[in-house]
Amino acid sequence: MSEFKIVGKPIPREDARAKAKGELKYADDFSLPGMLYGKVLHSKYPAAKIISIDTTKAKQLPGVHAVLTARDVPHNETITRFGQSAEVGKGFEGLYRVLADKKVRFRGEAVALVAADTEEIAEEAAALIEVNYEPLPGVFDPVEAMKPGAYLVGEGDSNIICKFGCSQGDIKKGFAEAEVIIEDTYQVPFVDHAYLETEGGVAWIDEKEVINIRVGSQVIEHFRDVAEVLGLPHNQVRYIGTMMGGGFGGKEDITVETYLALLTWKTKKPVRLFYTREESILCHSKRHPFIMHYKVGAKKDGRLVALEAELISDAGAYPYLSPWVNLYATVNAAGPYCIPNVKINTYCVLTNNTFTSANRGFGAPQPNVAYESLMDELAYKLKIDPLEIRRKNCITTGKSLSTTGQVFNTYVALPEVAEKAWKALGETKKVEDKNKRIGRGLAIGLMSYGRMTFLHDTSRCYVRLESDGSVLIRSGIPDLGGGQVSLLCQIAAEELGVPMSKIRIYYSDTALTPLAGTTTATRQTYMSGNATLKAAREIKKRIIQKAAEMMNVNPEKLVIGEEKIIVKYDSAQYLPLLEVIKACNTEGIELFCEAQFKGPFTMVPDLSNIRGTIFPDFTFGAQAVEISVDIETGQVEVLKLVTCYDVGKAINPLSVEGQMEGGSIYGMGYALMEEVVMEKGVTLTPSFSEYIIPTAADVPEVEAILVESGGGLGPYGAKGIGEPSCSIIAPAILNAIYDAVGVRIKSLPATPEKIIRALKKHYFEGR
Amino acid sequence: MKKTEIEFTLNGKKKKVEVKPSDLLINLIREELYLTGTKYACGIGECGACTVLLDGEPVLSCLTLAITVAGKEITTIEGLAQDEELHPLQRAFLEQGAVQCGFCTPGMILTATALLKEKPQATEEEIRDYMRGNLCRCTGYVQIIKAIKSCTTGGEN
Repeated sequence: MSEFKIVGKPIPREDARAKAKGELKYADDFSLPGMLYGKVLHSKYPAAKIISIDTTKAKQLPGVHAVLTARDVPHNETITRFGQSAEVGKGFEGLYRVLADKKVRFRGEAVALVAADTEEIAEEAAALIEVNYEPLPGVFDPVEAMKPGAYLVGEGDSNIICKFGCSQGDIKKGFAEAEVIIEDTYQVPFVDHAYLETEGGVAWIDEKEVINIRVGSQVIEHFRDVAEVLGLPHNQVRYIGTMMGGGFGGKEDITVETYLALLTWKTKKPVRLFYTREESILCHSKRHPFIMHYKVGAKKDGRLVALEAELISDAGAYPYLSPWVNLYATVNAAGPYCIPNVKINTYCVLTNNTFTSANRGFGAPQPNVAYESLMDELAYKLKIDPLEIRRKNCITTGKSLSTTGQVFNTYVALPEVAEKAWKALGETKKVEDKNKRIGRGLAIGLMSYGRMTFLHDTSRCYVRLESDGSVLIRSGIPDLGGGQVSLLCQIAAEELGVPMSKIRIYYSDTALTPLAGTTTATRQTYMSGNATLKAAREIKKRIIQKAAEMMNVNPEKLVIGEEKIIVKYDSAQYLPLLEVIKACNTEGIELFCEAQFKGPFTMVPDLSNIRGTIFPDFTFGAQAVEISVDIETGQVEVLKLVTCYDVGKAINPLSVEGQMEGGSIYGMGYALMEEVVMEKGVTLTPSFSEYIIPTAADVPEVEAILVESGGGLGPYGAKGIGEPSCSIIAPAILNAIYDAVGVRIKSLPATPEKIIRALKKHYFEGR
Repeated sequence: MKKTEIEFTLNGKKKKVEVKPSDLLINLIREELYLTGTKYACGIGECGACTVLLDGEPVLSCLTLAITVAGKEITTIEGLAQDEELHPLQRAFLEQGAVQCGFCTPGMILTATALLKEKPQATEEEIRDYMRGNLCRCTGYVQIIKAIKSCTTGGEN
């Protein structure tokens, strides 16, 4: 492989300078003359009938331009779609209702919209809307909601919105062969994305009567969904995606875009609408809570022979991405282990809680908590080292995933990353405090990158080499802060032999940039990276061909770099890039290209037994922690955290390390402190005073170890890392707590209260 | 509500504005003076994203009444770089990869500026403690702490 000039180098991102100077204009940093302010009236009950809505007083308030309810929305009910190009059938479709109609399903559901001259007037008008509710009992526990006769959240005859299964071998025979069996139930809570930038944007109508929505969104392809709500042609709605102040899956569904479009359409004026932090926590999606019943069987030597799991998740009030999240959970349910006999059943259930949808890791982090805790339990029971039991059972190159049977033909780094992470913990830290006990935990895992193959995913990118040797890129890629946009610049710079400073990129615009698909599913390095690579290489080919003619050498002997076309092994022989560009332009040789990259396509699987290829590829990783537990207070302190992933190829090591570190701490919050507490559908944690996320003071020493096998499907062999990076830290911490004090916490977060209670039980009451 | 005229220094320049007694500093800076580098993220003093320097001290502009800055000196993120020359902390944040989504960055950098003025030789432990009021959801703080440490006297780089 040739030597890289820009790829693989830890360089500052394209967008970092403007951000550090405070110059980057996020969604909320934009205004237009005559702009109105939008406000949403949210339901105050989690379950209620809407008897009537009276907007008279609100409309009479001076400064109010529009008050809208469900009857004002041209198509208030549509089907959720997520930018997929293939028909995927009913199993994945959900109801998207813009404003509550007749019935509210969760507290915080949008009931009415207001646009007014100022934010204060809009707020006052929203308070003047009189909604006459008749409270209904509702149902708040997914297990209750599954039962026949349960309160029905929606209009259907059951609250169960999807059932998935997959199996291999013979589960009965498997458990009959087992010499040790462990059975347990694990639970994980609702959590919030807690990005610093709340949901919002500005919309206006231009001279072509197009509704422009400038918004932070991970899925700009929602322009089609917004157009359908308004009954407009798709090309009459345009998304201009801004750099996001964090996304983590929370800006994957439509957030406020439809509200903005409706208000600007009705008032014919620009409208700005932003959620407060409280609205963000109350009204947008949460991570799915799961209840997970697991049964694992092994031989005395630690070899796994059977795994059976039943997963029940809470969809909250509307389906949104629940079916997809649950599919991820199902595929991940047996972990990264070779198990001959497996049976998984997954149920996703509507309740009157806040709806749940995508959150970094999708459905992977939840089952990972259960199976990795059980692996640890097994190791203790059989007196096998935690690393050894994983090495003995983990998938290796050529083996297959135990849920779907998908075979791994490229390098499976699990044994390597597990060993590296565990050994990097080094010597045990000394702690003086007599109440503090030290423990260590390990977890390994795998997670897909790239969307499900039956979605028929594509990404496009346009690259143009200018006559002065600068480069222009246009890509629909949304950037949620992970460096997605900068990555494309780096690839183009590498391929066309120009410095990063000569690249300009336009991104995330449904009218002007080629659609690059969603910034979700850890897919952009892989999908849009490859699309950019393809476009840039096409231009490079033409440049080299022309240079070869000009120099009278074989094109294979030429390479491009430092703005020159150079004869390999003879750097004295070269042509300046500018000269070749001039020659190409004179002859009309196209120095621009729009390329499309296509992921592998498969059919929609049988959802009752999901087998075969569901995802293009997987990222493998291991995380290890050393912690202390204070036996008097129950407080856990993470002392050292090691995160080790095979990232294929780190195109920008600074960004990759940033993902691995940030993902680890995101997962540490999940393990130890984060929970959106809901009591009968009412959120008790509506601010950062109640919803606690890690601060600089909570962060331990973090070591990120990058393995670069080059085995990924992305450019230069890269794999995706954004979501895998956060998906196994929670069980590593739970395992460390057990190692430290001998109690196993089976529900997240592992708060001091839970640990103290478990310790009391352990020491005073026996187990 | 009656408006009062106040005068203060913003990023080295004198400003004269009319404010209502209830106006918040964050709204004055963002909505009236169009300096949008100061970020709104919680509105109730829990996240640090709206931090600005008031006579060199970090304050939360979402909890500060605009009228109280009369006669004082405010520095926002836009006032830190000298033309094209970045402030050493801004440069360090770039070089260490401490900027991801960037939404916490202005507040982080301004708080860190105050920290370095107070304790030029801050240890890693002191940095963590001082920065605990500024939330970041992307980086896990690792590269942010590294960037700040590199700007201390005796820090690497």
